[in-house]
Amino acid sequence: MYMSKHAKELNGSFHPLSAPDFLPLPQLRDLQLQRLRAIVQRAYDGVALFRKRMDERGLTPKDVRALDDITKLPFADKSDLRDTYPFGLFASPMKDIVRLHASSGTTGKPIVVAYTQEDIQVWTNVMLRSFAACGLHEGDVIQNAYGYGLFTGGLGAHYGAEALGATVIPISGGNTQRQLMVMKDLGVTAICCTPSYFLHLIDQAPESGVSIKDLPLRAGVFGAEPWTESMRRRIEADSGIKAYDIYGLSEIVGPGVAMECQCQAGAHIFEDYFYPEIINLKTGKPCDDGEEGELVLTTLGKKAMPMIRYRTRDITALASETCECGRTLRRIKRIGRRADDMFIIRGINVYPSQIETALLKVEGALPHYQIVLTREKDLDVMEVQVEVTPEVFTDTVGALEQLQNKLAKSLESLVGVHANVRLVQPRTIARSEGKAKRVIDQRKM
Amino acid sequence: MKVKQLSLFLENKPGALSRPVKLLAKAKLNILTLTLADTQQFGILRFVVRDWQKAKQLLEKSGFVVKVTDMVAIEVADKPGGLADILATVEKARVNLEYMYGFTLKSEGKGLLAFRFDDPDCAIAALQKQGISPVGSVELFKRLDG
Repeated sequence: MYMSKHAKELNGSFHPLSAPDFLPLPQLRDLQLQRLRAIVQRAYDGVALFRKRMDERGLTPKDVRALDDITKLPFADKSDLRDTYPFGLFASPMKDIVRLHASSGTTGKPIVVAYTQEDIQVWTNVMLRSFAACGLHEGDVIQNAYGYGLFTGGLGAHYGAEALGATVIPISGGNTQRQLMVMKDLGVTAICCTPSYFLHLIDQAPESGVSIKDLPLRAGVFGAEPWTESMRRRIEADSGIKAYDIYGLSEIVGPGVAMECQCQAGAHIFEDYFYPEIINLKTGKPCDDGEEGELVLTTLGKKAMPMIRYRTRDITALASETCECGRTLRRIKRIGRRADDMFIIRGINVYPSQIETALLKVEGALPHYQIVLTREKDLDVMEVQVEVTPEVFTDTVGALEQLQNKLAKSLESLVGVHANVRLVQPRTIARSEGKAKRVIDQRKM
Repeated sequence: MKVKQLSLFLENKPGALSRPVKLLAKAKLNILTLTLADTQQFGILRFVVRDWQKAKQLLEKSGFVVKVTDMVAIEVADKPGGLADILATVEKARVNLEYMYGFTLKSEGKGLLAFRFDDPDCAIAALQKQGISPVGSVELFKRLDG
């Protein structure tokens, strides 16, 4: 079949359904082109907004003859989902749609996404391949602490883990004590949740009499929020597990758009179903290989809601060299920032990930932080609140002030703008069971 | 010879001190002596209780960061120069005094002070050589009861 020589040599963790991960490139590109042409046709026939935009540009689906022709097509973004709320982008009649999910909708109306039976199968397939990529297999016990419900994380991971043949514990998010009890008592070997929630579990474990390092838990599939490499190192050191980055978004399918393999060198995009481009944020022009820009995705196999050139707002770069694992799928660099998360303070663009990196650079510094922006006398003030942990707390004022200064200096040198560092008591920063809220902007514009 | 002290990180805001104090009261843990160090943004509450393990556990369970430090309790003559003599002894031993505070207890014309040295063992040895014997926790609690 498709399996490359390298893939055959892989250890027992290889799953037969992972075969498309190792397709020779010419075959993969050919498959992508066939699917791209079909999906453009489907969107043109079934989605009024897409057809209108194509017509305005004088384009028809026949104009897509090569993969590069994708750059001629119009972009889509989140506002399209809102403007056509709730069903405007569906390309299938409701009788063919077996599932609806919706985003959390922090800004007004939620966005609604739809799946046909076939879409669910595709999603299950990419989630299964995600788990297999990080070495999980039949016999693993997976604690799925992503929220079940309208959020795509819970059910997406659930279907994939079951299809893999693993034992799924559908615990959903929240109830930290119970999470720890289950982790310990049921022999959990892998967990799915947001990285910030797992940090919270690490924090709470001693109190529940759980020592994560001594449990069979060996892998974490973490996603749904941007996190940094320093945070990964912290998680791995504190818990003794391997922390893998999974990427996805509801508009495209949910989790399972891309996943890290055991090399932990960027997330492989499941390119047979999702076609990636990187574009310049301002000009919208394609970036060179390895250059940073906004990730744009096209669904190659989605029936109910095809997405053509969807602007994710996630900033990353593509690596096309073949990975050591043998997968031919291109990788995206870890997404540490989203164009939407950026805030401007005194004219300087700042991303929460920069703050995180600066804090974790200081030895003994702590992963729980929050950024509060205020305005004093027409001047922006950034306060970074950092929770004090037993590791850094010493009994003298001088040592704490020194820590404060070190953190402030690290922030100023990395971010380029002064921040007031405030040490706060543990657990005073609200923990989220889903995505961590890092920035509180109290400035009145 | 050493007395255990608990230090607590507190934010400098209204109500910050009463939370731990109430917790201790509820558990019937009596604070024998305490001091508060503060900056504009945060403070450190340092105190001595008899059952420090229980207090530590209780506070940590409620989310406080707690540090245990060794203190040396020394009887100091309640007269001019009483403290100076003690300090001269530890200075000679090149031990640094980080901070100190008092107990309300006073007996036979002597006050009782709690000292935090960077090297408590070295300080104790130097004091004992001079015939000054620090008050250990057993003796300390006995006196407080008496």
